[in-house]
Order: sequence, then C-alpha cells, then structure tokens
Amino acid sequence: MPKLKVDGIEVEVPQGATVLQACEAAGKEIPRFCYHERLSIAGNCRMCLVEVKPGPPKPQASCALPAADNQEVFTTSPMVKHAREGIMEFLLINHPLDCPICDQGGECDLQDQAVAYGRGHSRFQENKRAVTEKYMGPIVKTIMTRCIQCTRCVRFAEEVSGVEEIGAIYRGENMQITSYLEKAVTSELSGNVVDLCPVGALTSKPYSFEARPWELRKTLTIDVMDAVGTNIRLDSRGRQVLRSLPRVNEDVNEEWATDKTRHAVDGLVRRRLDRPFVRRDGKLVGASWDEAFGLIANVAKSAGDSVAAVAGDLVDCETMFAAKALLKDLGSSLLEGRQTGMDYDTSSLAAVNFNTTIAGIERADAILLVGTNLRWEASLVNTRIRKAIKRGAKVWAIGPETELTYKVEWLGNDLAVLGELPEAVTEAFGKAERPAVIVGGGALKGAHGAALGLVEKLGLIKDGWNGFNVVHMAASRMGGLLLGYAQKAGISALYDAKLAFFLGADECDFTRFTGFKVYVGHHGDKGAAAADVVLPGASYAEKFGTYVNLEGRVQRGNRAVFAPGDAREDWTIFRALSETLGRPLPFDTFDELRAAMALDCPELANEGLLTFAWNPPALETRAEGVLEGYPIKDFYLTNAICRASPTMQRCSTELVHGETFAEAAE
Amino acid sequence: MSVITSLTDKDRIFTNLYGYQPWTLQAARGRGDWDNTKALLELGQDKIIDVMKASGLRGRGGAGFPTGTKWSFMPKTPSPERPSFLVINADESEPGSCKDREIIRHDPHKLIEGALVAGFAMRARAAYIYIRGEYIREAETLFAAVQEAYDAGLVGKNACGSGYDFDVFVHRGAGAYICGEETAMIESLEGKKGQPRLKPPFPAGAGLYGCPTTVNNVESIAVAPTILRRGAEWFASFGAENNRGTKLFQISGHVEKPCVVEEAMSIPFRELIEKHCGGIRGGWDNLLAVIPGGSSVPLVPAKEIMDAPMDFDGLKAVGSGLGTAAIIVMDKSTDVVRAISRISYFYKHESCGQCTPCREGTGWMWRVMERLRTGDAEIGEIDMLQQVTKQVEGHSICALGDAAAWPIQGLIKHFRPELERRITDRKGGGLAPMQEAAE
Repeated sequence: MPKLKVDGIEVEVPQGATVLQACEAAGKEIPRFCYHERLSIAGNCRMCLVEVKPGPPKPQASCALPAADNQEVFTTSPMVKHAREGIMEFLLINHPLDCPICDQGGECDLQDQAVAYGRGHSRFQENKRAVTEKYMGPIVKTIMTRCIQCTRCVRFAEEVSGVEEIGAIYRGENMQITSYLEKAVTSELSGNVVDLCPVGALTSKPYSFEARPWELRKTLTIDVMDAVGTNIRLDSRGRQVLRSLPRVNEDVNEEWATDKTRHAVDGLVRRRLDRPFVRRDGKLVGASWDEAFGLIANVAKSAGDSVAAVAGDLVDCETMFAAKALLKDLGSSLLEGRQTGMDYDTSSLAAVNFNTTIAGIERADAILLVGTNLRWEASLVNTRIRKAIKRGAKVWAIGPETELTYKVEWLGNDLAVLGELPEAVTEAFGKAERPAVIVGGGALKGAHGAALGLVEKLGLIKDGWNGFNVVHMAASRMGGLLLGYAQKAGISALYDAKLAFFLGADECDFTRFTGFKVYVGHHGDKGAAAADVVLPGASYAEKFGTYVNLEGRVQRGNRAVFAPGDAREDWTIFRALSETLGRPLPFDTFDELRAAMALDCPELANEGLLTFAWNPPALETRAEGVLEGYPIKDFYLTNAICRASPTMQRCSTELVHGETFAEAAE
Repeated sequence: MSVITSLTDKDRIFTNLYGYQPWTLQAARGRGDWDNTKALLELGQDKIIDVMKASGLRGRGGAGFPTGTKWSFMPKTPSPERPSFLVINADESEPGSCKDREIIRHDPHKLIEGALVAGFAMRARAAYIYIRGEYIREAETLFAAVQEAYDAGLVGKNACGSGYDFDVFVHRGAGAYICGEETAMIESLEGKKGQPRLKPPFPAGAGLYGCPTTVNNVESIAVAPTILRRGAEWFASFGAENNRGTKLFQISGHVEKPCVVEEAMSIPFRELIEKHCGGIRGGWDNLLAVIPGGSSVPLVPAKEIMDAPMDFDGLKAVGSGLGTAAIIVMDKSTDVVRAISRISYFYKHESCGQCTPCREGTGWMWRVMERLRTGDAEIGEIDMLQQVTKQVEGHSICALGDAAAWPIQGLIKHFRPELERRITDRKGGGLAPMQEAAE
C-alpha cells in the first residue's frame, strides 16, 4: 500500500495503482485521452503528464507510472502546465477544428480539455493534415481527419471485443487508424468504439447529424434486447428516442452495450401499432378501443376458463402480472413465455439461473459451454469469459463450431458427450477451484438433466461458488418464470385455449393456436399479423417496468417517451379490459399494481440480485441429441423492434449475410 | 595513471576494421578471436561483470550507460519459463554512424564471440542480433559468420566446450530508424509494429517476450572479449576519468579524408582530425561547425569544438554529446540551416507516430525549418520554434522526440543571426521590414 503525496495531500493507494489513480484518489483531475480504465495502458497521448519527485527532471506520464512510497506528485506546477499546454497545442494543430459540424460537439473530450488546459490560440501556420475516411461498417461513421491516434479503439477491438480488425498503419504524422482492409468490423460490440473515441473521429452512423447532446432528455433504464439486462440511458427529444447508451454497472454490463442495444432504437418509430385493430372478413381494420374490447368480451363469455396468455421476449413483469391477474380472475393459469416450445423443468429456479453471476464468471478457471453461442446469446457474458481466459481459464464447448473470439476446445456437437467427458476435461475440472458449466437454450431441451448431473460429477458447487449456469435469451424470461409463466408441457398446453392473449409474443407458431387470438404489443410483426384483435401497447422505452436478467437480478426501467397514437401502457390495457369483462382488477395506479405484484411474488418487490436455493430437480441424466445449430440464427433480427429497425436490417444483410453495399458517390 | 588520448596500433581492438584481411573464422582466429574463449567463460559470470565494470566501458550506442552495470541488472537465477535474452542492436541508422557496419562486414567474429561472452555473463539463453534492413551484404556476412561459429562448435550446444548452451540468431530489420530504440527493437523482434514501449518496466525486468532482456550496441559487445583478454586495467588506461577506453570514431563531411578509425577516448578534436583525416577542407579557419555524435546531438560551432576532448563529458560541456561518435564536419560552404532542416525532415520521416509530441511536433518543426531556410518567416517564429522544440523535448515516450529537438536547439543557439539574416534579406535587402498600411 504505497503512501504518497499529491499536491501536498497524502494518499494511500493499493499496490499496483498508478500515479494517475493516486491523483484521482486525492481528488485531482488529470486530463487524458488514451488512458481508459478498462483498456490496457498505452501512454501515448502524453496529456496526463505530471511532475514526480524523486524522478528524472522531466514530466512523467502518470497513467503508466506505478505509484510508489514517498513519491511527491505535482499536478499544477509550471512544468505540468507547460507540458499540458504543449500537448494540447500539438493535438490541435492537425485537428480540423470543425466542431460546428461534428457530432461529438458538446460531449468531446478534446473540446473540454482544450478549454480547461489549452492556451486558447494556435501558433500553427502550416497546412493541416487530412486523412481519408475508412469504412468500419454500418454502425461506425469515421472522419479520420479528426483522429488524435489515441488507439483506444484499437485496444478495445483487440482486448474486449476480441476482434482484431482495427489497427494503425503508416507511421509518424501519417499514422492512420483503419479497419482491416477497410472492411466492416465484424463485432457485435463495435458501437462501443464510438463512446471510447475521445474526439469525433468515430461517431455513430445511424445517429449522425440527428441531435446535439444538450437537446436530449436522458432517461436511465434497462435494455431488453437480450437477457443480460444492460443498464442504458435513452436519449430522447420530443417523442422520439434518438439513441441508447450504456451506463456503468460493474455487475452487469461494465460500460459496454451491444450494437443491438444501441441501435435498435430507430425501430421504435417504425411499424408501430398506434390504434386497436380488429379482424373483419379476414383483414385487420382499424377500430376503437370499445369495439375491440367488446369483441374480446364476447369471446370471453363463452371461453370460460379456457383463457391463456403468452408472454413475449420483451415484456416487463408488470405487464405479465396484470395479464396473470386477469386470467386468475377468469379461473385460468395457462401462462407460458417460452414461445419456441421449450419445456424444461422449472420447479427449481436455481436450476435455470446463471448462478455464477455475470461478474462472477470472470473468476472461473475452467468453463464448459453446452450448446450456447454466447457471442450472440449474451455478448456481454462472452466478454467476461474473455477476461476469465486472460486470467488463465480454459474453455471447452459442445456444439457446432463457431467463432467465439477466444480459444475453445470443441468436443463435437453430440450432447451424449456430456455423459462421457474426455479425461482432459474431467481432469481440468477436478483441479479447478472455480469450475463452471454454461448451458445454452439450444441444449436445455436434451441436456438439462445431464448438465445438472455434472454439478456433482465435476464439483461445480463449492463453498461460496455455484458453477451451474443457464443462459437465457429473452429479457422477460426470468421474470416470467418467477411469475409462473411456464407449463409443464410448454406452450403446447395453451394451443387449445379458446381465448389467447399474446403479450408482444411474435416468435411462436400461431397456426397451432385454435382459439381467438388477442395481440397486445407495440410492433406490427408476426404476432399482430396472426391476431384477431390487436391492442396497441408500449415498448420498453415507453413504460416503467421491472425486468429480471439471466442471473436473477431485478432491475427497474423508466419511461423515456410516450407511446404513439392511441397506444397505452400494457398494464392499463388489461385494467381497462377487466372493467369491460365485469371483473375489475384491484389496482388503479402503477404503484398499486407494483404493490400487488410484490405480494404475489415477493422476489420482485425490491431491486437487486436474487439468490435461489439450490435444490435441483431429479431429471433424466442421459443426454441425447445432436446440436445442429444455435437458437439465434441472426443476431441483429431477434425481436420485433430490431426487425423494424433499418440499422439492424442493414447490419444483418451486411454482417450476417455478407452482402456489400456501394456507397453513393458524392 | 596518465591519460592516454592517442592510440598506437598495438592497442587497437578492431584489427581488421578496413577489411585488409578476410572476415572468415580462420582469419579471425589468426587475429586472436575465439582464442580459448572457454577460459574467458571459466572466469565465471560475476568475475566477467566485475572486469567490465572495472574497465569503465560505457555503452557505445549513444546513451553511454556503463555496460558492466547494465549486465548486472539481469537476474542471477533465470527460471526455465522466463529465460534471459541478449539483444544486440545492429540497427545502425543514425545519420553519420557507420561503425557497426565496419565491424559486421570485416570483423563479425568479434561480435559473435562478444555475444557469447556477454550472454554468458548475463546468464542469457540466446542472443538476437537485430541488423538494419539496408545492410544487405553485411547481413549476408553475419549469417555466414554465425553459421561458421555454429559449425565450429563455438556457439550452440556446449559453446566452445564450456558446457554452456547459447544460441545466436540474426534478425533483419525492415529499415525503420525507430527500431534502433531498444524497446521498439524488442517489439519488432516479436513481430509487432516497431513502436517504443513505456518504461518502466525496463527490458531487464520484462523485455523480449516478457523475459529479462539486455539490449547492447554492437561495439559494446564486440570489445568485451578483448577487454577480458587484455584486462580492465589496459582498457581503462585510455581516455579521461569516466570516459575510458577506445572508441570507433566516424568522421564524415568536409575533411580531407573521411574515415572510420579506432582511437582513444578523450582525444582532442583537432588531433583526431589532423592525425586521421588530413585536416579540415580549406584549413581550420574554414571550419564552420561540427555535429559530434550523429544527427541527434546539437551542433557545436568551430571555435568551441576545436580543442574539445572527444568524450561523453567533454562534449556535454560544450552543450552537445558524444552519441555514437559520428562526427559530421561542416565547413563554411555549408548551408547550415538547410543541413539542420534536412535532419528535421529525417526525424519527421522516422517518427513512429505513437505519441503526440513527436508525431505532431516533428512535422511542425520541419515545416518551420523549411521556411526559415528560405527566410519565408517572421523573426518571432524563431522563438516560437525554440518553444516548440521545448514542448517536444522530454515529453515523448522515447528519445526520438529529444533527438528531433536538439539539432534545432543547437542551430538557434549558435546561428540565430544567420536565421534572422535570411528573414530580413527576403523582406528586402537587410532593411527593416516595411510597415503595412492599415486598411
């Protein structure tokens, strides 16, 4: 624990801390461009220079200098001031200073630090350097003349996303950052380089010239594009969400977000259901709420308790609870959320939970992936596994071979191998202190019992460590399971219901449902097309809601904008419908709903990580079946919002299906 | 002990510097190389390092760090997972320097024997000789000489019958000046883009492939066996205190006979030129300035250099440095501004682009230098340029920033009147610039 003095303030920092961290501990601001807490240290921008005694008679890069006992650091001395002014001047001499037309304006590190630490004028009389744009894909727009060569993007691509496709070519003042052969960067995390870029060299292509940061209203909420529960901030102007940015949450997403999380938001204003529809003569036609409710009430009269509700992948717990309450009043508990026909045992939620936790998996030292393409199913869990490997973990996988961005030993795609794991695996797991098995949706069908069998065989549960994990792909899944959205027979138990509510459910096989179909959702996707009555609901950006992520973390989202047209927040639709059915639900406000939900399901009462008692069901431990593929066929088009998003469609055609787009000549 | 500043033939280390004899192993043996090297190794690691320390040898690559001390930083008991390495810097790219080339093409076995001795002393597993890409014939010679040494059992398994296993690898660079910086050289050896690393950690802690590594200049390594054979006392008898030994001087430019010559350290400049180069072209009165240590050190005007001792401390006293002892002599026919401007261009061209001050500063400095050359500038820009050099110097990751700044600082310090003359000349024949009418 080195003790040192920063501008006369004594601080004690952990062993291995840098001088920059010590300065921050002392409350001193150190300007920086290349340094980033989550990336390796480059030390190339030289903005963080400080004066250190004892040491050479020149300023030192504080980001790279280890803090040591009895150091004296000066952050405001004339030497430091001179150094900062010099670096700032150098950074600006070849920077175009086109702030008025730059999307980074208002949130630009270079702008801010130039004001704080620069001289305010330039002595540079020569011509400025210009750099041609580099193509980096549908997400990242490049204006490389603005680049200050901090190499944050290069380090991110290499270290976090695991895709070594960004690098620097040439040298000296001709050094340029580019993507490999100027092709699109094939990472589902590429959007993060936009946040990392301290200047306007890498900006968001879909968001270009949309808004200035100070025009935007910022709403802190939770993402629903996958089951990770990425903490996000929705930036909106008027009635439109313009962008989605990750927030810092060390336990969940650190400070990253997938491209889908960031850029599916332009799907929120397309293909929206903004009024009720009813089916007449085989066609959906616009209708009033009363008309639609009347039709449903008619059917409900004859349906009796043959009523079902199917939860979609994006819905919040409150919506599911309101529907559950309505069905309970009607005498039914036909609830299901696993639209694609999964019927795994849910008697113990610990057996279908990501027990190690997202942050915890970083510490695993032996990992077995069973039928999961984590890169697409939970990209930000995948980055954690990369970190585990960096710490020395070894990874094996069962399933069709795919590029996971790290070294994996593939054990074939026959699930039977779970019963007779190769000796190398069992030996490594035997030695491992923190072994983990991660079961994906693709393997739950045939291998849930076998995977649970491994708990004993591989010793996955140790003191303070539970290495059994299941990866879900839907934001609503864990919440739905808590609320009882699971039938023993899976969704097939609901096929014969006379009245079925689809809560934004677009992925199920609608032809199997024989009764009257009511779709409550926000996008005109498959579910709406198959429905007899369509009731327009609110998307995740337009309602308050509770979500439980794949590790059982209860998180609450907030409303950023209002739903378009006649669309309503989903729970109010069920409350109004219950009135029409003559069985009013016992909550009139959102708070009352939450209180009722907390009574019904105490786990959802408070935010935070749930822990489930470990009492797994006894299941058949013999695994059968060959995995032909993974559940997600197209990362960019997994739900109704992405399918409506032009950006996601473009990503899909270009990055998944390999089509190239010609840029228009200017 | 009197200071010997003039070398006689019997005390020369590089006896085949001019290639009068073949470079081959047989000829080298005739000159005394590889003569019972086993006995040298039998001195033991600590003894070898002690002799090197006692000899007062300072690194010949430019920085002048005591070689024996540097070797002693290496771990005393390297682990099998992290073996130690010796990297020999033969990426001789400093304008004016051409000594390593002479050693490699005419006396490569001195280097290879030195590699074994030095590698043994620092408990290294292998030596990597990183040779400049443009040295094509030299690399061929070196490859062949290393092969000869392997065939004769001098290096490789049980080198020289000493029981010590030691490999020597030759690696060709691709022609980047920056790869002569020790950590950039390590990066380049690892197959990466040649960019200097941050220090700390220093190579002795984590260098090549993360293992303890020492990077030494060719000359520092090549003189080691002779020092061990003839003794530290002998080597330390040349040159002034703290600047001991013999040194290869490379004199180019406006002397009658440019040459590379081995001389005692601390030899006065005038004596060096008179003795080996046939004097200054046009006589001593015609001398304008000298860059005494390769392009990266500040120039020294004639009257200050003439009697200066050619060693680390003597040249530091006149505001310059010994560097690699690449002496560039300029007589009064030289356009000194253009000369320095050309050097600025070199550094602009060779900057790796990693860190801000050097990447941006070298280009700026060169452009201003070009305008000063033609006089297309304001007087105030001389001071501005001086300040820009100060903003580069000491702020970059490696010393290339300093190397780019020093020549310009030297020029401004000693030739400011010349810079001002060009500006006023261009503005109108030495008259004060006309005032522009206000509009």
